[in-house]
This record gives sequence, C-alpha cells and structure tokens, in this order.
Amino acid sequence: MTIASYVFLIIGGLFYLLGGLGVLRMPDTFNRIQAGTKATTLGAFSILIGVALANPVWSWISKIIIIIVFIIISNPIGSSAIAKATYNSKNIPDNLVQDALKERGEE
Amino acid sequence: MKYVTTFVTLLLIYLLLAGFTVNEVILGSIVSAILTIILVKYTDFRINWKFPIKLLKFLFIYIPVFIWKLILANLDVARRVLSPKIPLNPGIVKVKTELKGDLGKLTLANSITLTPGTLSIDVEDQYIFVHTVDVKGKSDVENTANIAGPFEKILGGIFD
Repeated sequence: MTIASYVFLIIGGLFYLLGGLGVLRMPDTFNRIQAGTKATTLGAFSILIGVALANPVWSWISKIIIIIVFIIISNPIGSSAIAKATYNSKNIPDNLVQDALKERGEE
Repeated sequence: MKYVTTFVTLLLIYLLLAGFTVNEVILGSIVSAILTIILVKYTDFRINWKFPIKLLKFLFIYIPVFIWKLILANLDVARRVLSPKIPLNPGIVKVKTELKGDLGKLTLANSITLTPGTLSIDVEDQYIFVHTVDVKGKSDVENTANIAGPFEKILGGIFD
C-alpha cells in the first residue's frame, strides 16, 4: 500500500514537472494554457490518490473525493476563462492556421 | 422540491468534509438549512425518477472514458513538450453540439478541454469554439466528428 502510494505521488510529481516544462517551452498563450491545464489536472489526481492510499481511512478518502470533484469542475472552466480573456484582449498569436472566432465576428 | 435537493446536496458535501457523527449531522443540517434559504434562487436542480439511472450511466460509462482520454492527453502533452522541436499546427475551430441543456454543454466543453490537444474557448448557442494544437479536419463537420464525437454520443444519453 505504501509503495503504491509512493508510485502515485511520483507520477503526479512527474506530470506537474511536465506541465511546468510545457508552460516554459510552448510558443504561445493558448498552447501554454493547454499544457498547464492537462498536466495539472492529472497530476493533482495522481497526488491525491497517492495521499488517499497512504492513509486509507474514510475521513481522508471522503475529503479527497470532494477535492477531486471540485478540481475536475473548476480546472477546465478556469482555463477556458483565461483563454477567452486572452482572445478578447486581442492578444492572438499569429501562428493560427484557422480562426473560427474571427470568422464569427465578420459574419 | 428545489429546497429539498439543494439541502441534501449541501448536507452531503458538509458531511463528506466533516465526518459522520451525530454532532456534525445536527450542525450540518442547521448550516445547510440557512445556506439553502440564501442559495435556492440561484440553483436549478431538477431531479426526477430518471436521475439514479442517469447518475449510474454517468459514473460507469462516462467517467472511465474520460479518465482514459485524460491519460492520453497527458501523454500527448508529454510527447510534445519533450520533443526537441515542438510539433504544432494550431488553430481555432468551430464544433457543433446537439446537446441542449447548460449542464450538458458545460460537461462537453470541460471534456473537450481535458482531451488531447484541444481547449474550449467559448460556447455560443449550439457551437463550441475550440483551440486545437493540430488542425486535422478540413471542414467544421470533420472537426466536430474528431473532437466532440466520442463524448457527444455518451453525454447525449445522459443529459438532455
């Protein structure tokens, strides 16, 4: 049980590391948001599962379930809000091959 | 009916956080009752007899697919981040959805955000605007099938 918990914690840490690297290496805002959102969501899951396995009693597990549910709801909504704000602030990267939002404005 | 569902939801969250003891149930009921009176005009829980079936479908059909896609998305991010020259072909595409309810659209947009290479930016009526790392399809129909297809089918059976 302890070993499984360590494995989950290490996997979570690795995903966080990859997310951070992604934020550093990606060339524009939208791709940075993408890397950040996905890596932190699964990283948080993995770390929370690791914590639950480290001490599997009901009072911990119930709290962790609540935290996971809130993360699963709030993380993508937050990134969508940032992306929308980025777009509305006209801070649009010039490497887009297609821009449906712009076409919408012209119609 | 709205009062009851709001109250039960709040009490359940409270008890999961605080633990199931007699004291907590009493205090949780009081707190939930006060919060219910304040919050009830903002909530819109409509629960009917189909709800348990929908919940089971959600838990056992949607969640596994979602977790699998989330893992794929992370491997995809890892591959892109670790390759020396980041492979990118980004664009914003329009995805059409058949889902009518707000909750259904929210779940679909969240799922799109957490699947490989896509990030939903805005929702407008029946369209979701999605930023993708790699634009594959030529037309909106093709993009819709690629991005929303797998979730649309599952969520269509759960939400209106």
